[in-house]
Amino acid sequence: MSLTVFAMTGASLVGLGIYGLLALPQLLRRIISFNLIGSGLFLFLGAAGARGEAVDAVPQALIITGIVVALAASALAVGLVVALARRSGLVVLPDEANPR
Amino acid sequence: MNAALPVLILLSSLVPAGVTFFLAQDSHTLRNTLNLGGAVVKLGLIIWMLFAVAGGASYEASLPLAPGLVMLLRVDALALLFISLSATLWFLTTIYAIAYFGTKAELSRFFGFFSLCVAATTGLALSGSLISFFIFFELLTLSTWPLVAHKQDKPSLSAARVYLAYALPGSAALLWAIIWLESATGPVLFTEPPDLSALDPGALRGIFALFIIGVGVKAALVPLHGWLPADMAAPAPVSALLHAVAVVKAGAFGVVRVIYDVFGASNVAALGVGEPLAILASVTIVWGSVRALQQDEIKKRLAFSTVSQVSYIVLGAALASPLAMIGGLVHLIHQGLMKITMFFCAGIYDERAGVRKITELNGMGARMPWTSVCFSLGAMGMIGLPPLAGFVSKFYLGLGGLEAGAPWVLGVLVASTLLNAAYFLPLLYRLWFLPAAEDARGDERAPALVVPAVVTATAALGVGLLAASPISPLGWATLIVAREYGP
Amino acid sequence: MTALVIVLALPLAGALAVIALPVRAAVPVALSATALTALSALVLAASVWQGGPVTLMVGGWQPPLGIALQADGLAAALIVMSALVVGAVAMAAWFEMAAARAGPRAAFGFWPLMLLLWGALNAVYVSRDLFNLYVGLELLSLAAVALVAISGTAQALVAALRYMIFALAGSLLYLAGVVLVYAGHGTLDIGLLSARSPAPGDALALGLMTAGLLAKTALFPFHVWLPPAHASAPAPASALLSALVPKASFLILIRLWFEAMPELASTAALLMLAGLGAIAVIWGGVLALVQSRLKLIVAYSTVAQLGYMFLVFPLAGGDGSAQPWAAGAWTGAMFQALSHGLAKAAMFLVAGICIAAVGSDRLGDLRGLARALPMTGFAFALAAITLMGLPPSGGFTAKYLLMTSAFAAGQWPWALVLAGGGLLAAAYLYRPLAALFTRDARLPVHPVARAWQGVPLALAALAVLLGLLSAAPFDLLQIGRPEPAVEGL
Repeated sequence: MSLTVFAMTGASLVGLGIYGLLALPQLLRRIISFNLIGSGLFLFLGAAGARGEAVDAVPQALIITGIVVALAASALAVGLVVALARRSGLVVLPDEANPR
Repeated sequence: MNAALPVLILLSSLVPAGVTFFLAQDSHTLRNTLNLGGAVVKLGLIIWMLFAVAGGASYEASLPLAPGLVMLLRVDALALLFISLSATLWFLTTIYAIAYFGTKAELSRFFGFFSLCVAATTGLALSGSLISFFIFFELLTLSTWPLVAHKQDKPSLSAARVYLAYALPGSAALLWAIIWLESATGPVLFTEPPDLSALDPGALRGIFALFIIGVGVKAALVPLHGWLPADMAAPAPVSALLHAVAVVKAGAFGVVRVIYDVFGASNVAALGVGEPLAILASVTIVWGSVRALQQDEIKKRLAFSTVSQVSYIVLGAALASPLAMIGGLVHLIHQGLMKITMFFCAGIYDERAGVRKITELNGMGARMPWTSVCFSLGAMGMIGLPPLAGFVSKFYLGLGGLEAGAPWVLGVLVASTLLNAAYFLPLLYRLWFLPAAEDARGDERAPALVVPAVVTATAALGVGLLAASPISPLGWATLIVAREYGP
Repeated sequence: MTALVIVLALPLAGALAVIALPVRAAVPVALSATALTALSALVLAASVWQGGPVTLMVGGWQPPLGIALQADGLAAALIVMSALVVGAVAMAAWFEMAAARAGPRAAFGFWPLMLLLWGALNAVYVSRDLFNLYVGLELLSLAAVALVAISGTAQALVAALRYMIFALAGSLLYLAGVVLVYAGHGTLDIGLLSARSPAPGDALALGLMTAGLLAKTALFPFHVWLPPAHASAPAPASALLSALVPKASFLILIRLWFEAMPELASTAALLMLAGLGAIAVIWGGVLALVQSRLKLIVAYSTVAQLGYMFLVFPLAGGDGSAQPWAAGAWTGAMFQALSHGLAKAAMFLVAGICIAAVGSDRLGDLRGLARALPMTGFAFALAAITLMGLPPSGGFTAKYLLMTSAFAAGQWPWALVLAGGGLLAAAYLYRPLAALFTRDARLPVHPVARAWQGVPLALAALAVLLGLLSAAPFDLLQIGRPEPAVEGL
């Protein structure tokens, strides 16, 4: 029962994240959306690991690693967003138009 | 030794090529020694091999690449015919080119690619498998591009672009044909034609057509000939090499290989593709001559003449009767000698007298007698006046046409001869019978330019006069046909 | 075994050391770490060549609990290719910074990022665990994004962020697939997965992972981030990004579709992958044809060249894997990965030299440059030969093997893609080549050291040698290949 709750919460987080990614152009919000999706996936993974009698330790190790990776990615992304905002004042990406 | 000799022959031009690239622009002596030395070594090795092969030796060297991709160098009689021609003419052209360029710029690049081009031609001649033929064929395309573009001005670069625009689709067609064929037969070696029974006749005709497109671009078959006249922007030694030895001959040689070693004469006859090819060759012969008539630049006229003459070889191969085959093969040598003579001379007229247009040739016979005699010999040979080289070729082609049951070939030959006369005789008339212009200049104080022309002209005369001798190209071609492709 | 540990650990240790040590030690430390790692890569390949795949169970734990690392022939070949490319890039970067054209920030940031990227690449090549692959891939993407941004201009930052969005989306899709696989099977080890009993979520998991990896490999239609990203980075960084980074995600695709879950490869899916590859070949080529900057031409050419590799799926995957031509097709695609890596790195390094010499990479400004820099012009021409797939070069061997397999499999339309793509490559590479080789130089040329010019020339020559001496790499690639190698066709 509680496992289903975890899995459903995970799935909702992923859904929220995808919505944010598609609907919100601001770079910072997109980064948060990525984090939401990631957290949802980790939650789902944790739920998947807790199905049997004994709790499987592997997903927990994976989740911790994943959180570290996500943190690093978010840090770099935020750094880039800040740099871009300082340099050109942009908080969204300019149109896909010609890169030149 | 039997594996080493073909490799050494290849290296004799590959090594000078590799080293020359890294020589400083002004190390003329070293560069010239290297290139002439390579040419002499190659000639020596080939002569050695000729005697050894006459004594029954056979040579083969292979380098396996990925499965199915075997580089195989193998010496057969046809290969020997072609490398003897290319080695001799390379040697002479090297002498000529050294004198022609003197101390101009970018010579290390030029001679590097020049040698690479010869290495590719050598590899092409010695190729014992279809895929090694293709690899050298492409190497030839790539190494001639910088030669055509050598002057790096607009006309040269555009000529070079046109050249690639024809050559690369041609090579795509060739590769397509090779892979299509080999996917059904396995790797094709030139020792004996592969078993074609796995493919239906329709597919085989398609493959044959792709092969002819692939090699036909280099052989300048109409309508794939457009690059050849455009390439006249190249320096004279390049034209000489492209038109007499390397590129067009590689194409013609490829046609011979495709018909006799890839498909086999009997299959070509059974598929009924020989006759259309012979007709295409005839069209090329006549069309090239007609276009030659319209040119007023000497080199352009010679270029269209090449378009026409190379198709004699294709015609001979396509008719596939023994006598026509002999005529075609012997023309491989004869046309090479005659055409290189004429390009050497055209270069001398340009260099020593500033003459490029036909109208400017007036009276040059008296000013530049050696050059003009050579030029005239080449022209008369092309027309086919007995006993010059071209007559022998045409005689055998005509007999071969009758033998193959295609008497219309005689008509093509007569028409072509008349056209040859129509576009070459006015040149000779101007050379010898019209007075020179008042401001005309011109001298022959450049023995290194004139001597190669004299040598090739003499050879063109000699191969006609001595055609009956067994060591003449004719004797040799007869031997090849009798031994390798005889019934 | 030691060599395997060194190629994984030394780049990472080197990256840390470069950051921790004083600035003047950065270059010597980075260069010596590069040299030692490259040496170990060769030693590793030699031991794979002699003794078969080298396996390492991290910490002595066996899967499913532990993580297996294994260098098979394919991994070894990619490790050696990467070592050659990184070695060349390091030298070129050293020359470029000595010429002081990069800002101090770029000069400092480049070395640790290069080493980090390299370590991540090697980790992806040898990992046999899907989650470990995720970590490696993520590290790789982060290093790559940072390299794109290194110059700090607004344009570079935009390109980097756009790249990052694609990369993160790709990572998350891949991660979602990994989670599903774990939920279904309780293991992420490729070897154990290949022997698993099928679970209902497998197809969805494979689809998610594949979609994520396609975004990272920049396969059409996920390619839009690649050209601006690769063209914005400094040339040595672009060389790494274009030559190596897409190969990592492609390798994971190969591991998934050929080793972990080969039975899920339906014909339709395989055809779709190759179809996208074919579109990439044509579309990338067409876009390369209309660019006016050398780096953009080379970057769009990457989009096209990556497309060829996807032809492997219908030719060697699924039911085809047992066919005699599968070995040829599979090896052909890997040859394409190797030769494209070498040639593409050479091209970007050439672009770097051009920028150092005339301060621009617009085609009009490059006119006549080959006269002042003949070795550079020649290097570009040699690399172009490989990309066009003309003999004798690694690109030709790749194309030949793929074409032969296409005919043998009766799927000749793929051969048409290969032939047409080659002609298209000739067309778009001819423009820079012709510009380099005209006579009328437009801009004054700063002198460029001959040794610097020699670096791309050496890479391009290696790409050609890969074709001339293709027998040994062919055999190396067969070591540890899932399907037994079937000789010849």
